[in-house]
Amino acid sequence: MTVLGMDLGTHAGFIIAAYAAAIVVVAGLIVWVVADHAAQKRLLGELEKQGVTRRSQKQP
Amino acid sequence: MAVIDLANPTRFLALVQRVLPWLAALTLIAFVAGIVMAANAPDDYQQGATVKIMFLHVPAAWLAMLGWSVMSVAALGTLVWRHPLADVAGKAAAPIGAALTLLCLVTGSLWGRPMWGTYWVWDARLTSVLVLFIMYLGVIAIYWTAEDPGRGARAAAILTLVGAVNIPIIKFSVDWWNTLHQPASVMRLGGSAIDPSILYPLLVMAIAFTLLFVTLHLAAMRNEILRRRVRAMMMTRAQTLAGARA
Repeated sequence: MTVLGMDLGTHAGFIIAAYAAAIVVVAGLIVWVVADHAAQKRLLGELEKQGVTRRSQKQP
Repeated sequence: MAVIDLANPTRFLALVQRVLPWLAALTLIAFVAGIVMAANAPDDYQQGATVKIMFLHVPAAWLAMLGWSVMSVAALGTLVWRHPLADVAGKAAAPIGAALTLLCLVTGSLWGRPMWGTYWVWDARLTSVLVLFIMYLGVIAIYWTAEDPGRGARAAAILTLVGAVNIPIIKFSVDWWNTLHQPASVMRLGGSAIDPSILYPLLVMAIAFTLLFVTLHLAAMRNEILRRRVRAMMMTRAQTLAGARA
């Protein structure tokens, strides 16, 4: 089987499946990190709007 | 800035903010170069085009072991110096290491079926990597289910250090036991057994995966520090509300 100009031979299905799995895993990790960052920033923003501070931020 | 200053979470966050875009760009460039080189690499004289699976499988395997090694160093930091950033590093590395170990197992199975005639065999190399994956899940479970984060971190650190025994077992399993998995062909005494036309794309892909790991790890550490700040602020708010009611 030829894919993107490459002759992947009789085992093309296994090669394509391996690269698809890599794309899913890498994309999943990137989405997890980006979404988690957005969620934590949103929560921090909401708490700061309510006037909540960490102990280290309090005035002496 | 001294290295010790980076142990301060606020300074660490400022550093991550600066280096993360550069690391992400470097990772992308390395992956593009690696994939182009892998696509143009010749077929193996025995394995044919299935050798292209190696460009994913081997880096994923290296990073699976590197991830646990990073967690082991972090575990020492948690147990010996009790530094919160060490615990952050361990917790952030676990899901990334688990995902790359899963990728190693899946790509290995997909490579094994056409080459060995089976997706799975209970030989020492495959089984020890499966044990590594299960240990990753165990550490993640401890981190996410512990009611007291401090006790959870210490328990996860102990499991991590106990599990570190598995890393040399994975590495040398193909030498110590008779396995279906082939022996080491890149990092071995006497030099690599792989032709440069296949070795160089493999090394570039390994660099790309390593950069990906570093980038994701730093980003996940940043997220974990922010999560702890959110938790601390929620605790402060809860104490304030309880004080007002009393």
